[in-house]
Amino acid sequence: MTAKIIVVTSGKGGVGKTTTSAAFGTALALQGHKTVIVDFDVGLRNLDLIMGCERRVVYDLINVINGEANLNQALIKDKRVEGLSILAASQTRDKDALDKAGVGKVLKELRKSFDYIVCDSPAGIERGAFLAMYYADEAIIVTNPEVSSVRDSDRILGVLSSKSQRAEKGKDQIKEHLLLTRYSPERVTRGDMLSLDDVQEILSIPLLGVIPESKAVLKASNAGTPVSMDSESDAGQAYNDAVKRFMGEEVEHRFLSEEKQGLFGKLFGRRKAG
Amino acid sequence: MKWLTSLFAPKTQDQSANVAKERLQVIFAHERARANSPDYLPKMQKEITEVICKYVKINSDQVAVEFEQKGDRSVLELNITLPEEVEKAASKSKQTKAKTAKKTAAK
Repeated sequence: MTAKIIVVTSGKGGVGKTTTSAAFGTALALQGHKTVIVDFDVGLRNLDLIMGCERRVVYDLINVINGEANLNQALIKDKRVEGLSILAASQTRDKDALDKAGVGKVLKELRKSFDYIVCDSPAGIERGAFLAMYYADEAIIVTNPEVSSVRDSDRILGVLSSKSQRAEKGKDQIKEHLLLTRYSPERVTRGDMLSLDDVQEILSIPLLGVIPESKAVLKASNAGTPVSMDSESDAGQAYNDAVKRFMGEEVEHRFLSEEKQGLFGKLFGRRKAG
Repeated sequence: MKWLTSLFAPKTQDQSANVAKERLQVIFAHERARANSPDYLPKMQKEITEVICKYVKINSDQVAVEFEQKGDRSVLELNITLPEEVEKAASKSKQTKAKTAKKTAAK
C-alpha cells in the first residue's frame, strides 16, 4: 500500500490541532497502521509534550533536512504503542529553516517505512503551515463551533485547493475532512453555540467526526498521553470513531446530544449554567 | 416534558448562535467572491479611477468594480457615480453603468 500524508490544520490557533494530531495518529497505530506524527511548528514545538516524549528528543526535523542527523536517529519510537513514531520540530527561531525541497525529501523517505504520515500544522498561513499541507493527500480541518475558527477554516480550505502540490500539478484535490472539536451539545441546545448542522452548512465539507468538549483532553495533556488512549473517555472514543470512519468504516456519530437528565437535573442544571 | 423546558429556553431570535451563523454567511458571501476574482482587479480599479479623475473630480469610493463568475462567463461590472455638477452640465443620468462580459476558459 502507498503511504498517505495527512495534514491536520485549522488556520486558527488553539482549536486542537496538536491534540488531534496526537490522538488521531495514536489511534491509527492502535488500529494496526504504521504511523508517524511530524511536528511542523518550528520554534514552538509541543507535539513531543502532548505525546509525553519531550525528554527523548535529540534530533528534530530540521536536523534531518540539514543532514545533521539521519531519519532513524531523529524518529522517536513510542514506548506504549507498537508502530507509532514521532518526529519533533526544531526550537530554532529561524523561520526559513524549513524549505520545500527538504520537507519533500524527508516525507518521501518516511513514505517508505510508514502507512500514514500525520503532519501537525502550526497555526496561521505562513511557511510552516504551508509546508505542512503542501505535500498532503488528505486534510483534517480542525474547527471549533465559533465564528473566527469557522472563518479561518474556510480560508485554509481555499489555500489547500490552490497552493498545494496536488493543486499545482493538477492532480486530484486533497481530500478534505471536517473535525469539529470542543463541541458542547448543552450549549447548542441552549442556542449559544453554532450547531454541527450550522458549521457543516457553512463549510460544506464531509464530516469526519465531532469531538465533545471534555475534561479528558486536559487530563491527557497533563499526563503526556494522547487522549485516544483513554478509551473510557468521551473524547478518546470520539477520536477512535473518527479514525474508523477515516478507514472507511461506517460508525454512527456520538456525543451530539445532551445526556438524558431527569426534570430536576434539567431545571437545576439550567439554573446553574445560566 | 419538553414544553416545560422550552418555557425556560430563550426565544430563537435571542440565541447568539443564530447571530453567529448569519454573520458568517454574510462575510463568506463577500470573501468567497473576492477569493475568486483575478489578482489584477485592485490594480485595474485603481487605474480606472485615475483615468476618470483626469476628466471628472471623483473619489475612489465612487467607483465600484464588481467581478462575478457565472458558469464559464466572467462579468465585470463598473459602477461610477458622477458628481452633481457634471450631472447638471450633461443633464444626463447620475450613474453611468458599463458592463463588459468576457468569456474565460473553463478550468
